Amino acid sequence: MDLWFSECHTPDVKHSLRVTRHLYSCRSEYQQIDIFETPEFGRVLALDGNVMLTERDEFIYDEMITHIPMSVHKNVQDVLVIGAGDGGVVKELTRYDSVKRIDLVEMDDQVIEVCRTYLPENACRLDDSRVHIYFDNALRFIRRCKDEYDLIIVDSNDPFGPSEGYFTREFYGICYNALHEDGIMVNQQGSPFYKHDADAMQRSHKRIVNTFPISRVYQAHIPTYAAGYWLFGFASKKYHPIYDFDEAWWRSLHLSTKYYTTKLHVGSFYLPAYLERMLEEVEN
Amino acid sequence: MKDMEKDCLDQSRAPIYEALEKFRDMRVVPFDVPGHKHGKGNPELTAFLGEKCVTIDVNSMKPLDNLCHPVSVIREAELLAADAFGAEHAFLMVGGTTSSVQSMVLSCCKRGDKIIMPRNVHRSVINALVLCGAIPVYVNPDVDVRLGISLGMSRDQVKKAIQANPDAVAVFVNNPTYYGICSDIRAIVKMAHEAGMLCLADEAHGTHFYFGENMPLSAMAAGADMAAVSMHKSGGSLTQSSLLLIGKNVNAGHVRQIINLTQTTSGSYLLMSSLDISRRNLATRGKSIFRKVVEMAEYAREEINAIGGYYAYGKELNNGDSIFDFDPTKLSIHTRDIGLAGIEVYDILRDEYDIQIEFGDIGNILAYISIGDRMQEVERLVSALAEIRRRHMKDSKGLLSQEYIDPEVVFSPQKAFYADKKSIPLAESAGYVCSEFVMCYPPGIPILAPGERITKEILDYIAYAKAKGCSMTGPEDPKIENINILAEGEVV
Repeated sequence: MDLWFSECHTPDVKHSLRVTRHLYSCRSEYQQIDIFETPEFGRVLALDGNVMLTERDEFIYDEMITHIPMSVHKNVQDVLVIGAGDGGVVKELTRYDSVKRIDLVEMDDQVIEVCRTYLPENACRLDDSRVHIYFDNALRFIRRCKDEYDLIIVDSNDPFGPSEGYFTREFYGICYNALHEDGIMVNQQGSPFYKHDADAMQRSHKRIVNTFPISRVYQAHIPTYAAGYWLFGFASKKYHPIYDFDEAWWRSLHLSTKYYTTKLHVGSFYLPAYLERMLEEVEN
Repeated sequence: MKDMEKDCLDQSRAPIYEALEKFRDMRVVPFDVPGHKHGKGNPELTAFLGEKCVTIDVNSMKPLDNLCHPVSVIREAELLAADAFGAEHAFLMVGGTTSSVQSMVLSCCKRGDKIIMPRNVHRSVINALVLCGAIPVYVNPDVDVRLGISLGMSRDQVKKAIQANPDAVAVFVNNPTYYGICSDIRAIVKMAHEAGMLCLADEAHGTHFYFGENMPLSAMAAGADMAAVSMHKSGGSLTQSSLLLIGKNVNAGHVRQIINLTQTTSGSYLLMSSLDISRRNLATRGKSIFRKVVEMAEYAREEINAIGGYYAYGKELNNGDSIFDFDPTKLSIHTRDIGLAGIEVYDILRDEYDIQIEFGDIGNILAYISIGDRMQEVERLVSALAEIRRRHMKDSKGLLSQEYIDPEVVFSPQKAFYADKKSIPLAESAGYVCSEFVMCYPPGIPILAPGERITKEILDYIAYAKAKGCSMTGPEDPKIENINILAEGEVV
């Protein structure tokens, strides 16, 4: 049998994975949810036909979106996670003893159910007593919060579907308002390589720059995402991701990681020239 | 209409749409207009709009009927529309609701006839008076001082106007106003009919009254004689498509003649099929569609009122008379208490949040909630308003409230429009009679109409609206620095 799952990264570029079994397929109230079994990447979660995670490379995304802010802010107690129904980010967060509360807001309860069933490795810490799951629209949830969180992690889908609202000025504004005076917001910022993605990245970077006093972009290599190259946004009211980074302190926590290192932490903020130019264009 | 025709009405049919589908399958070779020949002659346009769309942009022909004199599929579509709206007859219109309103007025008014109407009518009504020479008798609408908006007409004011002008031919009603406010249309129809006058309704914002549950009363249900219905607003059809409905007191053949005076002889099948498909959708699914729209609007009202500062108003405004009812789908929001004019909030939403709302005036904004909205966008709007309050809230001292300025009509709109005129600086025009319109667009309700006296109060209002960023239209001078006045109009 020759069964392939393809995702169009642009109308003219396709990324395909050979599939051995299609384990789950359902249309929830919000989106199409699929789980595939693949020989190269293990199990794959796709929402509306976009790969969200694979068992093989999820560690890169989850570690980079979590450990970068967690190593800069040394006393993160209250965390808000948006999206992230697969549980990967929560899994990394629960490794820190300082964390007292993780509020996870996911609009689609079915994503969480599916991940608990088919991706138990990822979803394993969703039952941690510090985790509170809210099935709600994130804009609605955060609008009601003021000065509540040390860290907000926005682990959303692409800005072209139901998650579009998480790339808007109003969203970043209410996140700012929901953070403590030294709070940090980290979000997935898409890919700068293909034009369509790059435009969206520039738009959302501009909105973050207009909202937070400190806004830097960092990168990681993620094979199953568009161009294999992914960006994250680090937006902060007080801490700078490099100047306020205490390498020795983080190493003293003795957390073992597969992708993140303290050297890579600093290095991930050094960006290629074309990307620097794209960011500068919207920063001024 | 004949009973036999009535009997075979099936609202799940869409005759124009079906005829176009059949026409497409026949692969007819076009040696007629339009010259783009199913799009082949204009590849760029075809690429932009899509082949499906341009292949049905065709001319009238036997299998597709003719809008000027419908006998087959267009006639069937009109009968179905009449049935769906509870009207005696319905006309498909392709010149916007402006054309419906004008045909309505031209059908019952001649030169010198009086027509009773509120002053907060759409410009198209007064334009119709310019065309036909009828004379407006304005009923002062009530004003809500806090919100600074004109309300509906009170029964008493209408009664007085009818008594004072027993020779008037019609009473004109907004059902509802742009802000969603309804007058007691049933009582107004009754008063008009008792005085031998017709009742005409501008239902540009009232399509859904015919299909939703617990909606304000529609004009046809209230017994009105004619109604102009913007299907393209809450009904979901394409921009510029509209319906003109008539009751049993009006001669359909005469109305058709009036429509044909100004309407194109090349009616667009894109527009007509959109009316046909939308009517079918509303007739078969309207209840559930508007239940959802009302739910979204009610939710947005609650959330916006919970932010503080804003006032998203609803049925609590009802006073049994000049606010006889309120359209629950309208999301009208008073913004003055956060220290911003409505137009300022409107601009910030667009410039900083990429959210385009329907309009902003001096003290209010209107966000249009419809058939095409989803909760996630409503959440964006509410969040953006919360953010605007957090970032921009200031003292509301010095903000003008929009007051109703009682117009002094010196000449009929037609006489003023065609009279000898001269252009003078707007700032120096107080006391003269103007010969053109001045309005903010949207909502397109004239601040000054041809034939009205210009006052200092009006000039102050125009200057304030310009300074706050309202986009002004009407005068010949695009910068609105000069205005045309009547050469013969003397200073008070």
